[in-house]
Amino acid sequence: MAPLRSPRLREAAAALTFLGPSLAGFLLFYLVPFGAVVYYSFVDAPIEGRFVGFGNYRTLWESGSFRKAFGNSIAFAGVGVPILFAVSLGLALLLSRAVPLRRTFRTAFLLPLVVPVASIALVWQALFHWDGAINGLLAKWGQSPVDWMNSRWSFAVMVLAYVWKNAGYNLILFLAGLANIPTELREAASIDGAGPWRRFRSITWPGLAPVSFFVVVMSIVASFKVFRETYMVAGSYPNDAIYTLQHFMNNSFQNLDYPKLTSAAVLLALVIGAAVYILFRAERHAREVSE
Amino acid sequence: MTAVGRSVATGAKLALLLALAALVLFPVALTLTNAFMSEREIAHHYGALDGADAKESEDPAAMPTERVTIRWVPEAATLGAFADVLFERPKFLTLFWNSVRLTAPIVLGQTAVGTLAAYAFAKLIFPGRDKLFFLYLLTMLMPFQVTLVPNYLVAEKLGMLHSYGAIVWPGVFAAFGVFLMRQFAAGIPDAYLEAARIDGAGYFRAFYYIVLPIVRPGMTALALLAFADNWNMVEQPLLFLTEPFRQPLSVYLSQIASGDRGVAFASSALYMTPMVLLFLYGEDRLVEGIGRSGIKG
Repeated sequence: MAPLRSPRLREAAAALTFLGPSLAGFLLFYLVPFGAVVYYSFVDAPIEGRFVGFGNYRTLWESGSFRKAFGNSIAFAGVGVPILFAVSLGLALLLSRAVPLRRTFRTAFLLPLVVPVASIALVWQALFHWDGAINGLLAKWGQSPVDWMNSRWSFAVMVLAYVWKNAGYNLILFLAGLANIPTELREAASIDGAGPWRRFRSITWPGLAPVSFFVVVMSIVASFKVFRETYMVAGSYPNDAIYTLQHFMNNSFQNLDYPKLTSAAVLLALVIGAAVYILFRAERHAREVSE
Repeated sequence: MTAVGRSVATGAKLALLLALAALVLFPVALTLTNAFMSEREIAHHYGALDGADAKESEDPAAMPTERVTIRWVPEAATLGAFADVLFERPKFLTLFWNSVRLTAPIVLGQTAVGTLAAYAFAKLIFPGRDKLFFLYLLTMLMPFQVTLVPNYLVAEKLGMLHSYGAIVWPGVFAAFGVFLMRQFAAGIPDAYLEAARIDGAGYFRAFYYIVLPIVRPGMTALALLAFADNWNMVEQPLLFLTEPFRQPLSVYLSQIASGDRGVAFASSALYMTPMVLLFLYGEDRLVEGIGRSGIKG
């Protein structure tokens, strides 16, 4: 091998060496598969398929179960993300200043992140089952029981599980964001007579903008991964209200319905991509306004 | 605010935090204490989950209540369920070991691959760098179902269908590892690397002596996050592994049969323990890692 004379070339070669393992795996397991999904979504079978244009998308859109799953996933993100955002921010504000047991609280709220969902599945069932503990309490208070997992309520139960699992991660992000806001700013505003709400709106909230952007992106991503929580309590075919795109895609996979699965995958990728793009633009806009 | 007002406010804040923490810790704490219940007591409190036909029992002490009853303290604490899980049911240890065999290579591989790639992305200049990193970020955001079909076909081509390779390899190369490590590597002052270069150190020496020691906390954070994520895996084994005895414990626990309910809490407690202990040990690193993930690099 000829020695690399140009320092820039040498640097690029070094970069390729360090990047090599990752890049090879990334191409093989992520990028090429993603390209393949787009291609498959336009043919009628992954192997020796014929080109069918948007035919798969049309079939997909006409499928009732897809529409339901798609609608549910969007609704879940639409309801879950704002609630998760508010809860995490609230916790962060409570923990951002001196409060007794601050560290212990942080540990407690972060714990669900590391607890495998499967290992609390039984508790979850014991609470929300028709003959579960919550209905037991309701009966004791003379209320009629609620079929938590087999009615519209299951949606609320899933949101609860989602917030339980993800609030800790966002709490840490917000705490890091709050720590980056200079305390002098807040003190100065306080001396100038700004009340708590005014301080929050004019200093804390704009200061949190970059972190908030990231929190929303990660929360949307997590909302599309809530399948684990649903599966552990409700199996592969849960109540209509929590039949999400993940269920639809897993079931299509197991039924070998690849045209539906791949076109759904492309649509999902487009939706996530569009959401992130819009958020990215909004964040840049917010930053330009504040500067 | 007056001193009294301030202490009232702190008290209210504390009460709210305590209530929320109790709510959050509820499922974990209940699992841990009920792991010490006898099989009869579990049958008594939780038998209602099995429906009407199971609500009969010859043993009056094991007769299920009409609805599930939550009991924090076992009537007589026993290690029976643990002994049962560990010594009487080979399935538990087999599946636990499956979880280890799936998780450990992903954690080690993802940390190693991510650290190497992060140096290139954060501190070296090469054509197309930022565009490539953007692609990494995009795949990081996609749920795993998006590339399910091609991943299946790739696994088939590589001859690792129905084997752990089909799950482990994509995990090793997951973009999150690269992303998180890049956040840490980006914080290394360029002056350090410049000084190393002037002293005649090549890229590999610079990586080994400067980058690696500085990003070590990040490696710990990533390892913990990857451990937590993969110890919790459900979808991949469900779709890629067909034989029940090859599944990790996370899948088994989420569909635990009613016949195994007596040991379900003990198994669950045993399953979460390694992860929880690692978390308590490395919490500060984990917190730093998560915090860094939110900073724009």
